Amino acid sequence: MDELLVHIEGIGWWTAQATDWAAAAAQLRGEAAPAAPATKPAAALLPPNERRRAPEPVLLACEAAAQACAMSERDAATLPCVFASIHGDLAITDAMCATLADDPLQLSPTRFHNSVHNAPAGYWTVATGCHAASSATSAWHASFGAGLFEAAVQALADATPVLFAAYDGRAPDPLGAVVGTAPAYANAFVLGPARSARTLASLRLRHEAQPAPAADAAHDPLAALRPLFAALAQAGPSYMRLPAGRASALAIEVLP
Amino acid sequence: MPDRIAPTAITAYTAISALGSGRAAHAEALRARRSGLRANDFTATPLACAIGRVDGLEDAPLPADFARYDCRNNRLAWQGLFADGFLDAARAAIARHGAQRVALVVGTSTASIGATEQAYRELDGGAFPAYLAEPRLHTPHSLGLFLEAVLGTRGPCLTIATACSSSAKVFAQAERLLRLGVADAAILAGVDTLCGSVLFGFNALELVAPEACRPFDAARRGISIGEAAGFALLERDGAGPRLLGHGESSDAHHMSTPHPEGLGARLALADALARAGMTPAGIDYVNLHGTATRKNDEVEAALLADLFPASTRASSTKGWTGHTLGAAGILEAVLTLQALEHDLVPGTLNTTTPDPACGPQLALANESRPLRTALSHSFGFGGNNCILAFGRD
Repeated sequence: MDELLVHIEGIGWWTAQATDWAAAAAQLRGEAAPAAPATKPAAALLPPNERRRAPEPVLLACEAAAQACAMSERDAATLPCVFASIHGDLAITDAMCATLADDPLQLSPTRFHNSVHNAPAGYWTVATGCHAASSATSAWHASFGAGLFEAAVQALADATPVLFAAYDGRAPDPLGAVVGTAPAYANAFVLGPARSARTLASLRLRHEAQPAPAADAAHDPLAALRPLFAALAQAGPSYMRLPAGRASALAIEVLP
Repeated sequence: MPDRIAPTAITAYTAISALGSGRAAHAEALRARRSGLRANDFTATPLACAIGRVDGLEDAPLPADFARYDCRNNRLAWQGLFADGFLDAARAAIARHGAQRVALVVGTSTASIGATEQAYRELDGGAFPAYLAEPRLHTPHSLGLFLEAVLGTRGPCLTIATACSSSAKVFAQAERLLRLGVADAAILAGVDTLCGSVLFGFNALELVAPEACRPFDAARRGISIGEAAGFALLERDGAGPRLLGHGESSDAHHMSTPHPEGLGARLALADALARAGMTPAGIDYVNLHGTATRKNDEVEAALLADLFPASTRASSTKGWTGHTLGAAGILEAVLTLQALEHDLVPGTLNTTTPDPACGPQLALANESRPLRTALSHSFGFGGNNCILAFGRD
């Protein structure tokens, strides 16, 4: 099989200027101006205690994932999930490395268990009571394309709807100065394996052994994704290529 | 329950760990009951514990072509590529199928965070020193970037980082890619290396034993951390042992404590057996997660005692290698495949008095007996579980 055909049943979105997909879609269609910046995602599905203490990437990923599940009317507890991120939690990496350089015996146990790349998947599955497979992935600046492809593979291999979420938080210096800093964002899809009454749009995905046009992913990971989400906002057909690896791309055809 | 899957051929595989380099070194250490663990001589700040350290990495930088990727984790990956001629086998598969038809799926939990730690120790006017200001070293995907550059694969390439199940899940992902026909071969890697984050992090959680770990012992006091690199080449057909099934699940319980009844582990087991078309009675050997924490071993011992007949033999090999975290899935897959090849049940090293929760399945001494099928258990933080089923060629 060269192509994977999957069907979007729900979309989640969070940036400071658009805290859900309806707001983002209106802005992408040029019908609304960016909202006054929000400070952090509501992530209302997390218990209040955890919401207060949870790291930013957990809030981002859980907020977008919850929106996508709600739109799809699927039970989040039943959905395998794939959480993709370029960097993981750079704020925790920064704090841990600073402590390790200073006095390693003072490392915080909570910070350490929150430092795993699958922290958002962990918090998500606990909050939703999800016993299905959960994954946490990265492919550096190809993280969205490679993660989306993996989610589509899971949906088709087991004929099951799958939750896909992509997120990255802010990067504090001095780490940020090296890896690049961008505003926090998260987006999510519920992907169905077959077209149904729930289908909002379909995606035809093909992994190609030619590189995608270079995007400035370090400084704005969302820039490369804008054509995809703009096509979804306009409910029109579209074709784009996103980075999927060092010398490969994910070709995406949006079929309304 | 999922449908049964066709067996997938493991046409090449290898590992490097504190036990040595290559399959024979690992089989020999198992047979001789020679542990790779030693007193911690890795951290500058003293920490009383045992570690499974690979010697010589400090003096073995990457070749100039790959200098930008140089760090402990990628050095260990590089050494592992040469064990058992794995790099040649991988390149032959790429030549056979075409680079665009070969996927690269890697699992890691530490990635190269050791390099990030080093940069923070050597901050220069608040900034990273120039030789560490390479963004490819400070990402969870650093191993994937390095191996993609070395191998030149152009198929799907992804890092899975789900803590201690990471490099078990790469087998599941690779099998799906082959089953759907989006790749004709998959190169699998799992690499984790010693670093301050994991040694002092697990210490902060009070999960590190002061002595070499004693899995399933009534007096166990926690884990010993090790480092390892493992590789496998999966294809639909070919000579070699078989991946028969895989099962993945989530505990939905807690970030760093397993579900008290092992619910997620039981779901992963049922899923793996269904895909393999087997029942527990058909399993000859189980390589347990067996970390030697109070909680993991208690939960896993109960699962084993509840679900398997006494004829199934089981053990934890972490007394040999330590817990190699993100590399544990593939390292223990390699040990499991060696157990099958040599009809050898490795015992449970360092353990003398099993926890009362253990059933008759737990092997303390090595046993020689015919083995045709085996499971390998991997459970990680976030309640992330993966169980793999293997069979002889």
